Amino acid sequence: NSELFTLTYGALVSQLLKDYENVDDVNKQLERMGYNMGIRLIEDFLARTGSGRCYDFRDTAEKIQSGFKIYLGIAPSITNWSPASDEFSLVFEANPITEFVELPDHCLNLKYCNILTGVLRGACEMVQMEVSSWFVQDQLKNDSVTELRVKFVKRLEDAIPAGED
Amino acid sequence: EGEEDLSKLEWMGFGVGYRMIERLTREWSRFKDELDMIKFICMDFWSSLFQKQIDNLKTNHHGIYMLQDNGFRLLAHIGAKDSKQYLKECPKLLAFTCGLLRGSLANLGIISVVKAEISALPSCKFHIEVQRV
Repeated sequence: NSELFTLTYGALVSQLLKDYENVDDVNKQLERMGYNMGIRLIEDFLARTGSGRCYDFRDTAEKIQSGFKIYLGIAPSITNWSPASDEFSLVFEANPITEFVELPDHCLNLKYCNILTGVLRGACEMVQMEVSSWFVQDQLKNDSVTELRVKFVKRLEDAIPAGED
Repeated sequence: EGEEDLSKLEWMGFGVGYRMIERLTREWSRFKDELDMIKFICMDFWSSLFQKQIDNLKTNHHGIYMLQDNGFRLLAHIGAKDSKQYLKECPKLLAFTCGLLRGSLANLGIISVVKAEISALPSCKFHIEVQRV
């Protein structure tokens, strides 16, 4: 039931707004919660899809897109590749998370969907990739679409267990 | 401190339940009585949220209801069947759902107190006590 999900997320955000006076802190908390979800979600994703390693960042982009399809039932489009192919945008026409949502004036700095940036960071970290992402457009702030920019930062090397060099 | 966290979860559940019921009953005709509403909660509400109905409903016909779910979804992956290992953590997993029930009933005009009880995973019971004013 997607309404349950949407409303529960809404309740979470509004509770965080009560708990933290500062909107920036709410953004941070959402990212952190997303990270914790991402590091678990990736296991479910890999088990369900049976996908192997990504060979390049374009492949990663497509897998992230399919993740959105599986978990949120939406397919954001992949656009605006940087010349070096290390940065792209996910563009959402509709976003189930923000259904029924209106931001009051004092929440202009709130990144309502910031949990998604955490999910991406956590999930990618578990497959040895450091990414960062941020919103450049947001329908809740009267942009025509929501745009999430994703940037490849670096590959993470497998840590060598202590005493085994 | 733990209590306070639970009440936050319960309160979040309350808000969600309150809104959910409004959407679910949009095209529903008026309920006959309290029992009729509780039945709606056990069947339609529960299946729309958790893809199954409540397995057992008991009432004393004086405002006390006991709803039993033999395989509650949020407890499905908490250890093996009948395992006691994580029993202590379970109230945290149920506070939100207690709020869901209380909020949905509130929007139907029933003021209540809802408590959850776990005897053996993954089954659990929700006790609803209607507050008469």
